[in-house]
Amino acid sequence: MVQDNTDNWLLRVRGLTKIYGDPISNSIAYTGPKFGSNICPETDAIVACAEIDFDLYPGEVLGVVGESGSGKSTLVQLLYFDGEATGGEVYFRSFEDGDTNILRVTNQKKRYLRNHLMGMVYQNPRDGLNFKFSAGGNIAEKLLMANEFNVGRIRNRASSLLTQTEVPVERMDNAPATFSGGMQQRVQISKAIANNPPLIFLDEVTTGLDVSVQAKVLDLIRGLQQDLGISMIVVSHDLSVIRMLTDRTMVLKNGRIVESGLTDQILQDPQHAYTQLLVSSLL
Amino acid sequence: MIEAKKFQQAYNYGFIDESTKKEIRRKMLKAVAIPGYQVPYSSPEMPISRGWGTGGLHATLSLIGPDDTFKIIDQGSDASVNACNLRNFVKRMTGCKTTFDTADATIVQTRHRIPEEVLTDKQIIVFQVPQPEILRGVERFEFKTRQMHAEADYAKMWVSLYESYVKFGAIMRGAGYPVKVNGRYIMTPSPIPRWDVPNLSHSDTLHVFAAGREKRIHCVPPHTLVEPLEFEDVKFMVEKFEGIRCSVTGEGDAFMDEIYEADGGRKHVINDSNFLDKLKLGGRPNQRLFVNPS
Repeated sequence: MVQDNTDNWLLRVRGLTKIYGDPISNSIAYTGPKFGSNICPETDAIVACAEIDFDLYPGEVLGVVGESGSGKSTLVQLLYFDGEATGGEVYFRSFEDGDTNILRVTNQKKRYLRNHLMGMVYQNPRDGLNFKFSAGGNIAEKLLMANEFNVGRIRNRASSLLTQTEVPVERMDNAPATFSGGMQQRVQISKAIANNPPLIFLDEVTTGLDVSVQAKVLDLIRGLQQDLGISMIVVSHDLSVIRMLTDRTMVLKNGRIVESGLTDQILQDPQHAYTQLLVSSLL
Repeated sequence: MIEAKKFQQAYNYGFIDESTKKEIRRKMLKAVAIPGYQVPYSSPEMPISRGWGTGGLHATLSLIGPDDTFKIIDQGSDASVNACNLRNFVKRMTGCKTTFDTADATIVQTRHRIPEEVLTDKQIIVFQVPQPEILRGVERFEFKTRQMHAEADYAKMWVSLYESYVKFGAIMRGAGYPVKVNGRYIMTPSPIPRWDVPNLSHSDTLHVFAAGREKRIHCVPPHTLVEPLEFEDVKFMVEKFEGIRCSVTGEGDAFMDEIYEADGGRKHVINDSNFLDKLKLGGRPNQRLFVNPS
């Protein structure tokens, strides 16, 4: 790829691997798209994703597409420290100038990374929001983690974030449980961008929403991306989401990258048999 | 008394056996060394139910000696049923002197209050703590609260204060107001009213918080900074008793009980019974009063 020559990356991922169960040395060699399975035939260890290499550039939107169980959600969960990686290296330019493998830092530093430098929007709002707190309280949580201890400033920031994501500000002090699915998702997005992180992850954000709300949320995400220049990793099994949002795409199958490149190129001229199947099955 | 004496001989001094007392003292030393940190301890069986002051008894009985003078209060009162029974028990098991006078006591065991009278460096105050984990309200898993303490990850605690402010226009926590000890751990000051919370900071006295049911001890050593959590623009406040006078002594500036009368009226009485008695006799013991920020 052309970008490999530049030294301008924001996130550099090398050999990222996650294995559940007891792997043996051949577990990775005996699984993958070639074998059509994630499960090691020797020990039944599940190779959720293995040998993932990619670079993400500032302001870029990277799509991750694949079928259920292909390891695409695992990938962002590892990067957001929701799970612990089995192996691999991840470097993040905004953290210690990209010199440290962020998978091997202390829990405090991981928490700092999660709260200050990254944001995550989950498919299910219950994973990303605390339903005991109000919508404003959820955003306040992120701001408080960044040591903002002034209620007036917290409320100003929260209402401006909610305005930005088109949630009615007068609902700020209501519980997210009283919101519609689309609104919950927008509150999650507000929470994710509360501390102006350079990178956010979107894990199947629009999957549970009906089509008109999907379009609105996607519009919102694209608008925010253009206004704030945030880098994003977008996980979806929906090719129309990928087409609308992303610059570059990786196709995952059985925990491996089978194809990657510019989104238009992948959708117009898929090379790998699996990608061809995926594109041809687009309704 | 013969019967009582027989009973006493049937048990070790202070009811708890020596090696267990030693263990509890060591845990207390650890808790003093790490102010605000909850140290797990053995919490041996006592002849009262857990949740009725067993933790307080463990701490008291491991600290007490024959020369000590023991005072115990429950809701500010020396004469409540729980206080009387625990006082009798400690007396029978140790033969120590007991007192109602805060100034005379060397060990003060308490539930719900810190005495109004300022405690000295000759005294130790022991709290009976029902729930030592201040984060329990925002996080139900023990392993997670421990992790949160270890990493000083207190955002959820702060959010609960924020939510309280948003709902009620003030931080509404009647008892057990969260405090930060020595700039590090957040702990519960036991369910004492906000009125008593400022007394913990830079006090001359050792504060021992023991929770028997939950098997945890935490301490605030003398001269330690204890800050109630507050926002830059929403400050910690103690209870306001503006214009309220004690109906017995006519005094203000103390934590008041509100008493409803048969005719529907109400009156206020100073909660700390020993403090009230001293005022009645014409004295005015030393107090540390906190002035609410305007």
